[in-house]
Amino acid sequence: MPPLPQSVPISWYLTLSAILFGLGVAGFLYRRNIITVFMSIELMLNAVNLSFVTFSYKLKQVDGHIFSFFVMVVAAAEAAVGLAIILTVFKNRQTLEIDEVSSLRN
Amino acid sequence: MDAILFLIFAAIALGCAVNLVLQTHPIASALSLIGVMGALAALYLLLGGEFIAAAQLIVYAGAIMVLFVFVIMLLNAGAEQESRKRLAAKVLGIPLLVVLLGLVGYVLQNALLPSEGVKFGAFRHGTAQDVGRSLFTIYLLPFEVTSVLILVAILGAVILARKEID
Repeated sequence: MPPLPQSVPISWYLTLSAILFGLGVAGFLYRRNIITVFMSIELMLNAVNLSFVTFSYKLKQVDGHIFSFFVMVVAAAEAAVGLAIILTVFKNRQTLEIDEVSSLRN
Repeated sequence: MDAILFLIFAAIALGCAVNLVLQTHPIASALSLIGVMGALAALYLLLGGEFIAAAQLIVYAGAIMVLFVFVIMLLNAGAEQESRKRLAAKVLGIPLLVVLLGLVGYVLQNALLPSEGVKFGAFRHGTAQDVGRSLFTIYLLPFEVTSVLILVAILGAVILARKEID
């Protein structure tokens, strides 16, 4: 095993961010529960935030933190509206299965 | 020391993310997502983002995840059934994901110009003071637009979730 570097390379952070994003995509495609699909979207947003903050470090500017902050605000708004939609869907159909809600397909 | 801390928190984030995808019960997925967010907050601290780490814990792990857990409890969501996937998706899914992530990692390792790595304490512009100054001078207009967005989101949530009055 090679010795650990004194400082963490930027690419490690970016790779971690890419892996988390890939896992988010996998969960989005694989899961069938609406709430879990929604949480996978949040995971993707978090992965992108990590990229923003990493590039902010690399460029020595605070702008990445601001973008990341805006992403959090949009995620909060999205969670509020999305969960309200999930509540309405459940009220009308008594199901959380994403394959059952396919009336737009036909 | 930096590398050890990074590896610890990256391992926590990865383990919780894998658990999020593999768990069948939504509440287990939600708790895993809280773990990912906590680990990411620690990584933001390592990158010098004090304010964004605090905001991550308060807004994401606090507010948003409480909303998620609240809805899961309210709807009494149980474990989901095994999904019916095509054979190709079952066989090729995980290998393709591994290949994709390996390619991304390889490109990232080689495409970036070598620069000095991340050292804790080297970046000192992530305090609430710096973020606030930038937010209320350069990014003032986006900030105000965001408040309108939140107002619209609140209205939308209330209208969607209210009881129909006949």
